[in-house]
Amino acid sequence: MSGGARQLIRGRSGAASDKRAELLLGALGVIVLVLIAGMVVTVVIKAWPSFSHNGLGWFGTGAEVDSELRAMREAAPLPGHGILYFTSWPLIWGTIITTVAAVALALIVSIFASIFLTEFAPARVRRTLDPVIRLLAGVPSVIYGLIGILAIAPWVNEHLLSNSRKKSVIYVVQLNGNNLTTGTLILTVMILPIMVAITANALESVPASWREGSAALGVNRWRTIRRVSLRAVWPAVAAGTVLATARALGEAVMLAMVTGGSAFQANPLDGFTFFFEPVRPLAAQIFLESEGLTIGPLSHTIYAMGALLLVSAAMLSLVGWTVKQQLAKQGVRA
Amino acid sequence: MAGAAASPTPPTAIARPPRERISSWPLADRMFYGLAWLSGIGLCVIALWIVVFMLIKGIAYLRPALLWTRPAAGSIHQTQAGGILDPVEGTLLVTAVGTVIAAPLGIGVAVWLVEYGRPRALARAVDSGIEMLAGVPSIVLALFGLLFFSQGVLTFVSQPAASGALGQSFLACGAVMSLIALPLIFASTREGLEQVPPRLREASFALGKTRATTSRYVLLPAIKPSIAAGTVLGMGRIIGDTAIVTLLLGGAAQLTEPVGHAPVWSVLRGTGSTLTSYIYYNSPSGEGNAHEKAYAASFVLLLMVLGLNAIVTRLTRDSLDGPRGAGSRIRSMVGRFTPVRDMSGTAGRF
Repeated sequence: MSGGARQLIRGRSGAASDKRAELLLGALGVIVLVLIAGMVVTVVIKAWPSFSHNGLGWFGTGAEVDSELRAMREAAPLPGHGILYFTSWPLIWGTIITTVAAVALALIVSIFASIFLTEFAPARVRRTLDPVIRLLAGVPSVIYGLIGILAIAPWVNEHLLSNSRKKSVIYVVQLNGNNLTTGTLILTVMILPIMVAITANALESVPASWREGSAALGVNRWRTIRRVSLRAVWPAVAAGTVLATARALGEAVMLAMVTGGSAFQANPLDGFTFFFEPVRPLAAQIFLESEGLTIGPLSHTIYAMGALLLVSAAMLSLVGWTVKQQLAKQGVRA
Repeated sequence: MAGAAASPTPPTAIARPPRERISSWPLADRMFYGLAWLSGIGLCVIALWIVVFMLIKGIAYLRPALLWTRPAAGSIHQTQAGGILDPVEGTLLVTAVGTVIAAPLGIGVAVWLVEYGRPRALARAVDSGIEMLAGVPSIVLALFGLLFFSQGVLTFVSQPAASGALGQSFLACGAVMSLIALPLIFASTREGLEQVPPRLREASFALGKTRATTSRYVLLPAIKPSIAAGTVLGMGRIIGDTAIVTLLLGGAAQLTEPVGHAPVWSVLRGTGSTLTSYIYYNSPSGEGNAHEKAYAASFVLLLMVLGLNAIVTRLTRDSLDGPRGAGSRIRSMVGRFTPVRDMSGTAGRF
């Protein structure tokens, strides 16, 4: 709104109906705000027994996650521990590796894909890619999960996993097509469209004169993109990464379907086998335990996982805010 | 992955000045150039593969009768497990409830924020609150929703349970779903309002109209395409969500008996399933494990998503600011983080 218009408004703020509308709409905003604050408070309160019982050990390792949860479900505490005993590191670790790997992969591919989209793609290809990206973003995660579990996992199991590899760890964990690699790759495809959309949009907004200046100095097209365009759009790339990370962090259904049947703590020291070990991210675990929400101790534990995700999401949103300040400093409205 | 199969196609249709040739670039640059093509084509191949795969599977397993048969409870044989009538109804119900709650809320808050925005501290808080809401995983929203609707006071929304309320019903599910649609509707309304040329407002104010009247009769009609696009995107988000359905609607394949006697409200108080929860239930991970049904239901779901996508494409093409580049048309999809075109303050390419 321009300054002149603002003054005009101030001049005639007397109308009672206008005041009423302002109050009503403002009340809607307050309701939303109260809901969000209420969400944080209630989830944390519900989660508190689990945190206070385990202390910092909640974030550590201990007995197997699956057996701890089973103990709560069957109300039969593990020997030497309380009923609320829970150690979540394998789940946190699962969340970290799937998210980081998927975001890193998607970041690389998305930069190349958006450069292709904005700089090299012939007009026809570009017109096709636009709806394609939107389609990829719109496919529900349960469909990704279904394709993963019925098409990709069997393929991975058959072609990438040798029997000798399976035998080598048979006493520790059972390997099959539902594993870290399958989950991460599908997750990458799921978050790619968000990142491509944001990066491509930013690349398009780089003023032509900047690139023309570079071209006039005899810099070739690729170098121009790398040195001028990409440098100019990094805050947008960062913003896209934050958004994609939030999506990856909260993905429950697809990962619950394709990352394997146990909350195993995949170990990078296992060498190449690591990529085929099952993992279980936090969100997937919550989804899989949803039947147990009526059981007291189990529900406290599940809400504790939820609280951790909620805090992570809030932190991410803070990072996003910082990036946006960066954008604002460059004179970009975001 | 399917993407690996694609090889970079040599560029042919690019108009460029005669002096610069790709072949004259240093090797590293040429490699990156190839990678760019590879990623772009790879994206297309993956999307094409998904659609074709679902199309083949869907046509193979979808019989028209499925669409108007109710799921048969407790049947082990896939061929006798009934159809997907109830899940389709469930999806429509949840989407309707979610949209009806989210749209007025999102539009209202956006109008307040852009047109009034006082006190500024509150406006900023609401703004960052909704932005945070957009990043909260839907499974966490579902946990909160279950806690919220299990309170005894809210029994009228679901049905009585041992302690307090059951917390599971179409109403509860739709209400929580509105939280995932809200940020999208809010973001696109807000962006639309911010892009309205100042002259529209000024003209209205000059005629002595208040802000409320201006918003209602000038601004909102002007940004109708943006609002509609945001709403449709929100509906797409609702249709595709599984986590909230599983927690707040229960996993039952059939619509349960209506609760109470009020005509529509009683169905809304009941539990049921949607296409997403039906697909999960029938996938190898779920209890039903009938992948033919899962494929058939996915096909129907994908058709719905494709339909919504087509609507968004149409809406954004007709919108106020006219057709733009490939990236900017999908901008509304990702909400507020996206920088606006003009980076340096000078006019850009567009």
